[in-house]
Amino acid sequence: MENLKFVFAGGARNLADALAGQTCLVGVAGSGNLEVLLQAMPLQGQCEVQVATAARGFAAIWQAVLDDFHQRWQLQDVRVAINDVGATPAVVSLRLDQAVNLALSLALNRVQEGA
Amino acid sequence: MKSYLEASARQRLQYLLDEASFVEILPPTADGAFTSPHLAQLDAPTAFDDGVIIGRARLQGQAVLVAAQEGGFMGGAVGEVHGAKLAGLMQLALHEKPQAVLLLLESGGVRLHEANAGLIAVAEVMRALLALRAAKIAVLVLIGGANGCFGGIGIVARCANAIIMSEQGRLAMSGPEVIESVQGVEEFDARDKALVWRTTGGKHRYLLGDCQQLVEDEIAAFRQAAIDTLAQLNRAPDGLALSLAGLQQEQAQLAQRLQDFGELAEPLEIWRKLGLAQPQQVALMDATQLQAALAAARDADKPVQEGV
Repeated sequence: MENLKFVFAGGARNLADALAGQTCLVGVAGSGNLEVLLQAMPLQGQCEVQVATAARGFAAIWQAVLDDFHQRWQLQDVRVAINDVGATPAVVSLRLDQAVNLALSLALNRVQEGA
Repeated sequence: MKSYLEASARQRLQYLLDEASFVEILPPTADGAFTSPHLAQLDAPTAFDDGVIIGRARLQGQAVLVAAQEGGFMGGAVGEVHGAKLAGLMQLALHEKPQAVLLLLESGGVRLHEANAGLIAVAEVMRALLALRAAKIAVLVLIGGANGCFGGIGIVARCANAIIMSEQGRLAMSGPEVIESVQGVEEFDARDKALVWRTTGGKHRYLLGDCQQLVEDEIAAFRQAAIDTLAQLNRAPDGLALSLAGLQQEQAQLAQRLQDFGELAEPLEIWRKLGLAQPQQVALMDATQLQAALAAARDADKPVQEGV
């Protein structure tokens, strides 16, 4: 296993309201797949990504995939925790987007229930 | 139409239970509070929920406690944390007294990386399940995942009040590869998938009476079967508990099964002896057709073994 940590600053999108104290989890820690968990927490405006991966030696690829992710979503004050069992970069990107979309849809559901 | 086989454990919960009714107990956290400490020591991949999701929910308005094993993570195998979540859920049910406990089982058995802890955990799960039966709280097992239901979790399944399976689901003690490696390929060829499903698959389990309901591979079908089975079980709550008479009856049925089928080497021969007119057609039948075929065989007054 290899544990990697990436920190991104300058994001503007805060998921604290969307997640409302809960975490959201997508994917499965199975072969060729990964699970992505989002948890909002005060991180001085940063987005922290913690990766535990079964495939060693791919830090540069993770950096590139996560750079793109941060470019797309601009998250702040959120920890992204990943358990990876050898997913390809495309699968990683899809799962990351799926996690954020799930978090945003949770917020949408709450607005509709409240309305 | 959602396939139960292809869905993840979380997706199954989402579509099986009343909409948005599921509230997870011990939800996963980014600091990995509920991951396996043993796997981390062995430098193996971990999962935030240790491969099982537990919580409270509603099934057609009725309060239920529910657990779902994720086959995609280490084949749903049971480790210390995973087992503690299952056993803890059932101990909670003793206090909360829900209408039912639903177990969506998919597991190869005990996780070998933490085998001692896993074995103890499975024993605790069985003890908790039997305590639920004594308290007359219905326990339903659903089996339809790609990894089947084997080993200690196979035994747990048979301790429950009722089992609902799809054709794709499998239920047994030892898995095909285990039997082959211990007894040899002449005894069991694990690569012969048709043989594997003929001997452990949902249809065979239904015909033998080891599972009470056979459904199509759709989450909605599992949901309906769970609702129907629960209504049936809770109509006679005294029958939920184990009794000496009930166990003796089950023992007699198993002895009869051994006498009827013990010499037969092939499930097709068993199905023929059960009175099915065209046993070779079983593989092609859908769940409804197979139910009708078994009912017809029973009506025809041939040697038929009743399920328990």
